[in-house]
Amino acid sequence: MNNENGTLFAPSSGRTKEREKRRSPWWEVWRRLRRNKAAVAGMSVVILLVVVAVLAPVLAPYDPNQTNIKMRLQGPSSEHPLGTDNFGRDMLSRIIYGSRISLYVGFVAVGIGAVFGGILGAIGGYYGGRLDNFIMRCMDVLLAIPQIILAIAIVGALGTSLLNLMIAVGISQLPRYARVVRASALTVRGQEYVEAARAVGASDARIILENILPNCMAPIIVQSTLGVAQAILSAAALSFLGLGIQPPTAEWGSMLSSGRQFLRNAPYLTFFPGLAISVVVLALNIFGDGLRDSLDPKLRQ
Amino acid sequence: MLRYFLKRLMFLIPVLLGVSVVIFSIVHLAPGDPAEVMLGPSATQEEITNLREQLGLTKPLYVQYGIFLTNALKGDLGRSIKSNAPVVDEIMERFPATLTLAVLGMIFAIAIGLPLGILAALKQNTWVDALCSFFALVGFSIPNFWVGLMLMLLLSIYIPILPSSGFDSWKNFIMPTIVLGIQTMAVIARMTRSSMLEVIRQDYVRTARAKGISDRLVLTRHILGNVLIPVVTIAGIYFGHQLGGVVITETIFSIPGLGRLIVDAIRAQDYPVVQGGVLFFALCVGIVNLLVDLLYAVLDPRIKAQYRAAK
Repeated sequence: MNNENGTLFAPSSGRTKEREKRRSPWWEVWRRLRRNKAAVAGMSVVILLVVVAVLAPVLAPYDPNQTNIKMRLQGPSSEHPLGTDNFGRDMLSRIIYGSRISLYVGFVAVGIGAVFGGILGAIGGYYGGRLDNFIMRCMDVLLAIPQIILAIAIVGALGTSLLNLMIAVGISQLPRYARVVRASALTVRGQEYVEAARAVGASDARIILENILPNCMAPIIVQSTLGVAQAILSAAALSFLGLGIQPPTAEWGSMLSSGRQFLRNAPYLTFFPGLAISVVVLALNIFGDGLRDSLDPKLRQ
Repeated sequence: MLRYFLKRLMFLIPVLLGVSVVIFSIVHLAPGDPAEVMLGPSATQEEITNLREQLGLTKPLYVQYGIFLTNALKGDLGRSIKSNAPVVDEIMERFPATLTLAVLGMIFAIAIGLPLGILAALKQNTWVDALCSFFALVGFSIPNFWVGLMLMLLLSIYIPILPSSGFDSWKNFIMPTIVLGIQTMAVIARMTRSSMLEVIRQDYVRTARAKGISDRLVLTRHILGNVLIPVVTIAGIYFGHQLGGVVITETIFSIPGLGRLIVDAIRAQDYPVVQGGVLFFALCVGIVNLLVDLLYAVLDPRIKAQYRAAK
């Protein structure tokens, strides 16, 4: 990581040995990751989903919110591969559009958690002492409340909306990023290059941003990948409870919740959205596991 | 030992104080006036003002918090806006169902997760390992509310052998237990596996084998004790997580527990119940963590010895 990223793409005319030396650590990580078949499969599924989410208007056969009472509660057919819901809306289209919300919520919530948690952790780890103690005790307080209960309380207070859902899930994930970053910051802050930066008069903020944080990247990336999976699950759970995304928006958790009352006669209304959530979360978890193994080969069993 | 216990107990106090501040602020940030909610849309301005006065809502927030805290320390969490019953009574009425579920879920998680992890580690890099590990990863990834609905579909609708709601017979607990425990089960299986793999490679295990002790004895006498320590940690952490999971489980299977109480209270803007309920959850999590710490000392003679020496 101390190498410049540029070396990755730098033209190299030297012999293989020399080229091997010049490869950045990220290249090494990628090489290890590529050998892990499960991780590659997980990554492919995640990439595929991002593509589906981006191309939703092109891929979806119908408008996800187009109701058609004549066609309500139709089982899967060639016309509607995943059936239609109680308003006659095409389930496949709704699931395709639902991927947008799930991925969006997952990434933004983790972004909120990782940025604020990361900053708090870096400050705590860098300065140490009372400030560190205070920050970590605050994180203990957040950890003492079960994640989903905390998220429910926050959504309850702020009201149900997409943004509030992301804030609630993000805050409930804060402590894990704070802890991870703090742990790395503690090991990094005594290093010579940090002292060197201080000696040349760099400000604390600059040292934290330019020297501490980049060296905590590996655990942050792993935590975030697994965090997105957790965030998608939490957001879906909140929507399922009626405290997240509200109908008629096509979101997997709330689709599951509204399909629930037709469990007996139209089980596909609950089966497919749940399957979609499971596949995304499973893919992210497998990818995250693989990433951890490639970033830290020591942990590999 | 007692000193260790008391010291850990002291740690619980600032955390609970913190939780009370957090939940009090969250609840009081909420838009909507409790007095208006209580009286309904037909209330006059005067009635609302009177009730606000009566509830102490006109006082500054920190004064309100002070009152809330002193009352809470006396075991009084206020009265529910909806039912006018004391919040403590409502919580205590609902708590047995939630506790039963949480304990059953944990037993399920350990009973399945531990053997699964041990098996995977003993057969490392075989298809058995791959299958166990994949099973654990799936258990960790699928939404538990979906598992609940699919179980219900299978066992209450297609093959109607289990009731889909209520909680009067042991049959009512089977599906909720699985739903609640499945994630913890997966985490315990993963933790057990990696902990086993680490312990198996230790010198003392090799020595034990070299002495000619049977594999079974090596496993039970030499390996398991050390494997259990990280597993207990993770089980403790996940017990708190699982307590949160009751919200979902109780909703799906219509079990009148603490989780449902909080969700209903949030929908009804019944803030004393939300406040009291969340605080009570935090208390439970704290007590569980305390018990886990004590369990360590029992499992790990090194910790016990440390505290003996310190005395």
